[in-house]
Amino acid sequence: MKKVLARTYLILILIILYAPIVFIAVFSFTEAKSLGNWTGFSLNLYKNLFTGSMQNSAGLISAVENTLLIALIASVFATLLGTVAAIGIFNLKGRKKQTMQFLNNIPMINPDIITGVSLFLLFVFLHISQGYLTVILAHITFCTPYVVLNVLPKLSQMNPNIYEAALDLGATPFQALRKVLVPVLRPGMVSGFILSFTMSLDDFAVTFFTRGTIGLDTLSTYIYTDARKGGLTPELKPLMTIIFLIILAVLLFINIRSAKTKTN
Amino acid sequence: MSKRSSWALPYFIFLVLFVVMPLVLILFYALQDSSGHFTLSNITKFFTDKDALSTFALSIEVALENTVLCILIGYPTAYILADKSLNRSAVTVVLFILPMWVNALMRTLATAELFTMAGITLGKGTLLFGMCYDYLPFMIYPIYNVLAKMDKSYAEAAQDLGARPWQVFAKVTLPLSMPGVISGVMMVFMPTVSTFAISEFLTNNKIKLFGTIIQENINNSMWNYGAALALIMLVIIGITTFFQKDDGSEAAGGAL
Repeated sequence: MKKVLARTYLILILIILYAPIVFIAVFSFTEAKSLGNWTGFSLNLYKNLFTGSMQNSAGLISAVENTLLIALIASVFATLLGTVAAIGIFNLKGRKKQTMQFLNNIPMINPDIITGVSLFLLFVFLHISQGYLTVILAHITFCTPYVVLNVLPKLSQMNPNIYEAALDLGATPFQALRKVLVPVLRPGMVSGFILSFTMSLDDFAVTFFTRGTIGLDTLSTYIYTDARKGGLTPELKPLMTIIFLIILAVLLFINIRSAKTKTN
Repeated sequence: MSKRSSWALPYFIFLVLFVVMPLVLILFYALQDSSGHFTLSNITKFFTDKDALSTFALSIEVALENTVLCILIGYPTAYILADKSLNRSAVTVVLFILPMWVNALMRTLATAELFTMAGITLGKGTLLFGMCYDYLPFMIYPIYNVLAKMDKSYAEAAQDLGARPWQVFAKVTLPLSMPGVISGVMMVFMPTVSTFAISEFLTNNKIKLFGTIIQENINNSMWNYGAALALIMLVIIGITTFFQKDDGSEAAGGAL
């Protein structure tokens, strides 16, 4: 009885959570301009998306490219910076360590709009013209803390002697880093990277304030401008459906695989 | 040992430049007029601006209601997900965070469209529902994390000592899960106050939240007043963080 109630509750919440996504997916198979308008089954929006034959297709395609490129660059740099920082923070002591941990927490506590506005003021103050570089720097700023947080626990689980042992056995510091430290930290780095990548993909507010006026659009800012103009590009529906299906497949694959290795 | 502690230095410089300095600049711009002279007029302008004040009050109200709603819906969800006798599959947990990977603006637009289709007028009710929908995963996940890691022997001990199920929950499980609830509140409350696009879409621009006013001022080159409004938000963040001993970073980390 308790189990049935719990199940029903979960399913109910899931239905609510997925309703808008299913809604987008269903209406991607019709041609109508507005979101909730059904004018018969059609694959035309998918065709338009892949052949690029839609209004403002260059804008949408470059928005998708920018989103992926910015997310990739920002999360690579965040992972490198965060990992090095985590090794440093782990070896710090006392007040210095507390200060670093406090500073590292600030970007996570700050809402997007504060991060966005404050960085906007920084770039204005330093007379840095805003564009790709400033957006990437801003994304590194809010991604790196999560890398640090994911790498630190791996360091405390590690036996501190093995790094020294590698040095004693004649490894150069760089070899010891590559052969001893990186393999131990890798799971933390990977989850930090994935987290950074997804947060960068989904970001709207920070990009909005740091992209300047050169017409740089990511998917989020594209959708925002589009919706404010009144008409959402209909091809966004198939695009979102495809993105969702890819993520669903990847996540299910990872989880089923890790569940299997656990039971083995 | 001492050598590797210097590895924190590049990140320290980065944090000073891209986190500390920008926050100081908010204060700097908030206390200046447009020609760069020191003034308190931006701050006093907010406290005498009836529209800004009522928007601020409404934002806090909506954020409080949204946070309570997220706890009421999210806590039972997290509890069921973490209870091994009710749910044994890790995939179910993933299903609850998966919607976050779909662009939030797109989901919000779809939610608003669903309301319109159902004949529900966009307004405060739809705003609350949509906000709760957007932020629910941020409440579920930290609570789930804490509940899943909780040592079950405490609850069993309470049971063995004669506590009824509701007593076990109220006196053992709930207090032990508070760090998760607190970091959930942090991840829901302030972001709700400061959203701008989401509230615009969900109410068809009828209801403005505090984030919208900040954005409008910044975008209309009224940086100083925009900075003053951001400063007011920073003060509130400072106060809420101060009352929270655990920063919740553990529950927020490793969200995969």
